[in-house]
Amino acid sequence: MIDWLINTSIEAWGWLPPGWQVFIEIVAKIILIVLPMMLAVAYTTYAERKIISYIQVRIGPNRVGPRGWLQPIADAVKLLFKEIVIPTRSSKFLFLAAPILSIGPALAAWAVIPFDRGMVLSNVDAGLIYILALTSIGVYGVIIAGWASNSKYAMMGALRSAAQIVAYEIAMGFALVGVLMASGSLNIGMIVEGQAGGLSQWFIWPLLPLFLVYFISGVAETNRAPFDVAEGESEIVAGFHVEYSGMAFAVFFLAEYANIILISALTATMFLGGWLSPFEGLGFAQGTWLAATSMLWFFAKTAFFIFVFLWFRATFPRYRYDQIMRLGWKVFIPVTIVWIFVEAVMVVAQVGPWAVEAAAKTASIASGAGV
Amino acid sequence: MNKITHFIKSYTLWELLKGMNLTGRYLFKRKVTVQYPEETTPMSPRFRGLHALRRYANGEERCIACKLCEAVCPALAITIDSEEREDGTRRTTRYDIDLFKCIYCGFCEEACPVDSIVETHIFDYHFENRGEQIMTKEKLLEIGDRYEAEIAAARQADAGYR
Repeated sequence: MIDWLINTSIEAWGWLPPGWQVFIEIVAKIILIVLPMMLAVAYTTYAERKIISYIQVRIGPNRVGPRGWLQPIADAVKLLFKEIVIPTRSSKFLFLAAPILSIGPALAAWAVIPFDRGMVLSNVDAGLIYILALTSIGVYGVIIAGWASNSKYAMMGALRSAAQIVAYEIAMGFALVGVLMASGSLNIGMIVEGQAGGLSQWFIWPLLPLFLVYFISGVAETNRAPFDVAEGESEIVAGFHVEYSGMAFAVFFLAEYANIILISALTATMFLGGWLSPFEGLGFAQGTWLAATSMLWFFAKTAFFIFVFLWFRATFPRYRYDQIMRLGWKVFIPVTIVWIFVEAVMVVAQVGPWAVEAAAKTASIASGAGV
Repeated sequence: MNKITHFIKSYTLWELLKGMNLTGRYLFKRKVTVQYPEETTPMSPRFRGLHALRRYANGEERCIACKLCEAVCPALAITIDSEEREDGTRRTTRYDIDLFKCIYCGFCEEACPVDSIVETHIFDYHFENRGEQIMTKEKLLEIGDRYEAEIAAARQADAGYR
């Protein structure tokens, strides 16, 4: 339907030079991704408050609108009207640039995430590397915010965050190397296609330890509980964003939740077969919508991981700082390295997903990509 | 052996899954929230809220200006002036309670020999101007008149335990 929309709009604007047509098409697609994203982010905050309160045997926000559905909008309006206080002797330009640096990568990464077969803004071949690059850039927002604030608490939060993200970035990268070995492609669409053939073909099974490492590292990357020492409200007030108020703070807030959705979507794509149906290849679902690939599955899987994020926050107490470092450097990195080795042995011995027909499948995908 | 079980337990995330199982079950538990303005928690007849001065059934005020409440008040919140009335009875001319000083201990109520000063169940009230926190005799008597039925019922319910 979206293809049809774009096609008809291109026909209508046929008199425009081709360069302009492409430009308008891309901008339209970006808006089509970013606007629902922002809405999803707003309602993730609502979901967080509701789910955590339900786990704590409370009922959570229920006053603004029916069942509290307008709460995120009320929050946004409140933050919009608050004054943006810029601390004296802070670096003004960097202070205001930091929130943008924080949210930019979180939104830009969506360019390569496929919602359905072929439904992707930019089908680049190095998608995985693009993702890795952008998720690491996010930390600059935190560091610059901490430094530009001219506050020792903000600085401490930023330092903690920087060390933590560097530690977990490596484990995350190694986990993605495992995905790369299984799929034989850096193109995210290809990675999903490599998991075709039903629940048993998803990468979560051969890569189970890497899946766990990836998701937990993702939680650490986004500075979420139980890895939220960068904010640590009981220790360093609010960490890197103590000095922020109003819209500047709201942008940090949005970035945090955009990152949660991004990590959830990535986990769903890399390990749970993105848009592929879990009922694929099962007798009873054959030919119905259940077995068909659709955006619905992608969103359902993403929503599940977002829920797990919130579940984590409601369950686990914050890690001590040295324990975070230990987990990152001494546990996750060795685990990923060992599993990459195990994977290599599996590839050579042609077991599991690397059995002959699977090898043929990847070979055909690889040759298909070559053509 | 202990080390091995610990190793297996930590790498299968056993403890973490146990914790998540617990919180996951709480997700579906009945919620205990009391939605305040619509719902309230039960209140004891001994509840100590806003003060009131009571009257007898014939309309005569109970207070005899004995000043026991003023004497017992640990926060020195009560100020009483008294005078002899034309009929020869001793009555207050001034009975002020400063609600900013009051700690709602209920000693005034207990000290009162004629059950005149009482603390009602009213707990949600506010002041909009400076000076309004001084509860004068008129204001206290008015509260007493308005809530006499409830005050009497609360005293009655608690009478057996006094």
